[in-house]
Amino acid sequence: MLRLHSYVYHRPANLEEAVALLTEHAGDVLPIAGGTDLVPNMKHRLFTPGHLVALRGLRELKGISDADGLIRLGAAESLASIAADPLIKEVLPSLAEACGDISGPQLRRMGTIGGNVCLDTRCTYYNQTFFWRQALGFCLKKDGDDCHVVKGGTRCVAAHSADAATALMTLDASLELAGPGGRRSLPIEQFFTSDGVWNRRMDAAEILVAIHVPRPAPGSRFSFQKLRIRNSIDFPLVNLAAACRLDADGKVESLRMVASGMGAYPRKIGKIEDAARGNRLEDAVIETIAHETFRQSRPLDNIPVDKDWRRAMVPVLARRALEAMAG
Amino acid sequence: MKQILELRVNGDRHEVGVPTHFTLLETLRYVLGLTGSKQGCDKGDCGACTVIVDGEAVLSCIMPVQEAEGREVRTVEGIAGRRGAHPLQKAFDLTGAAQCGFCTPGILCSALALLEVNPQADRDEIARALSGNLCRCTGYTKIFEAVLLAGQAMSSGREPAEIIGEP
Ligand SMILES: Cc1cc2nc3c(=O)[nH]c(=O)nc-3n(C[C@H](O)[C@H](O)[C@H](O)COP(=O)(O)OP(=O)(O)OC[C@H]3O[C@@H](n4cnc5c(N)ncnc54)[C@H](O)[C@@H]3O)c2cc1C
Ligand code: SF4
Ligand code: FES
Ligand code: FES
Repeated sequence: MLRLHSYVYHRPANLEEAVALLTEHAGDVLPIAGGTDLVPNMKHRLFTPGHLVALRGLRELKGISDADGLIRLGAAESLASIAADPLIKEVLPSLAEACGDISGPQLRRMGTIGGNVCLDTRCTYYNQTFFWRQALGFCLKKDGDDCHVVKGGTRCVAAHSADAATALMTLDASLELAGPGGRRSLPIEQFFTSDGVWNRRMDAAEILVAIHVPRPAPGSRFSFQKLRIRNSIDFPLVNLAAACRLDADGKVESLRMVASGMGAYPRKIGKIEDAARGNRLEDAVIETIAHETFRQSRPLDNIPVDKDWRRAMVPVLARRALEAMAG
Repeated sequence: MKQILELRVNGDRHEVGVPTHFTLLETLRYVLGLTGSKQGCDKGDCGACTVIVDGEAVLSCIMPVQEAEGREVRTVEGIAGRRGAHPLQKAFDLTGAAQCGFCTPGILCSALALLEVNPQADRDEIARALSGNLCRCTGYTKIFEAVLLAGQAMSSGREPAEIIGEP
């Protein structure tokens, strides 16, 4: 049995009211959407805000729509509704798959896409009860000043573990944020930082309102791959999203890959586009790219399961993604 | 700190005073005395706490109770009707789909939410619908058999016992 701390639960009627509540209680408040990450974390006393501001009922955060070549995903849309949406399945299949691969069915009906983008980083030494963490000695992400993963380390390297966010990184997505200072928009590629304590360029009192994704150009192909122990419920051990555009002859015009579940942010794999451009996705090209993903991946002992095996699986996921996009 | 909430559970209206930091599961178990929904991991990992909210199977251990306000909550206690056990429950009994029974209330809720929209669900669809419910005893085979049988019963209006030729 895991008890929550005492808090006040606010259910604002609209976005404006939500922003006002976050401003009023700044420092002692967090937004809550599906609660599927935040509630377990609060039960572990990783967060103990005196106030929670519920986002689930906000009309401004709802809806999946398509206008002028831009797809808008309301941040409070559930993972299940995105995974099942006919438009998303057709034009952004890697996102639909990533959402559909998160945890289990009950959780996907509660958890939101916005909560996934804002997901806290994870670590073996962090996602534990207060008692557990106290017994071992707190770490610098919460209550302490050591890192148990990198001995003597001075910065947290907990793992970014959000599947939908990894897919969005390959889709030119941009984030619409609302805060006390008004609205702003930020490309998701600039959103994440390498600081595992708080890996988002976003204030705790800001609200992610929507995610905007441009409709992909003709010839675009996508893939999302995930490694986990069981094919349900489990977080990714590593994941990989890929997007490419092929010309009429099947030759690569552009290629992008992002992998996560290793460090504090989803990592763009560099140097692969040159190897791919102008070539068909055939064995030799696939091998070169897969090797590059291996070279650039450095999983850590921050989540369960051997890091060397997780590293060895990155090129396997890359190969699967490339073969799926070629076929 | 307590809050007065109006909840609808298994068709009954309750006005309850609950600590503001209670989950739906804690409210069901410790305020309303509905201990059928199980507190397993208590953090979203196992599905033992699964209940049906507005027709959808969700995890009550990570749902703040306020989120259930104004919605229709159904628990394992509400599955049986006035005429006794539901076909799904009868099917579980007939096929031996419950062993220790700890996972059963959650599995019944996941399965019922599926069968109510799709009584013809095939084995794969059933497996997918139950993939958020851990069972450590059965190995799932008999659970799938039970849900298939219940689906047949629900779509044909026949008794599960009659379908498998039991007396
Ligand atoms: C057993 C289990 C398995 C899981 N497996 C996976 C998995 O495989 N892959 C995966 O990616 N995730 C997984 N998750 C994590 C999580 O459930 C999902 O990522 C989900 O999408 C989180 O969304 P939420 O709405 O529930 O977020 P919440 O828990 O409500 O919020 C998470 C964080 O984001 C903030 N937040 C939420 N919405 C907003 C917003 N609109 N604006 C600003 N801040 C916001 C909250 O303040 C909080 O800090 C798992 C969780 C559990 C418990
Ligand atoms: S990476 Fe280090 S500092 Fe960060 S949560 Fe893990 S043990 Fe703590
Ligand atoms: S008790 Fe809710 S998922 Fe385990
Ligand atoms: S019957 Fe024992 S856990 Fe399922």
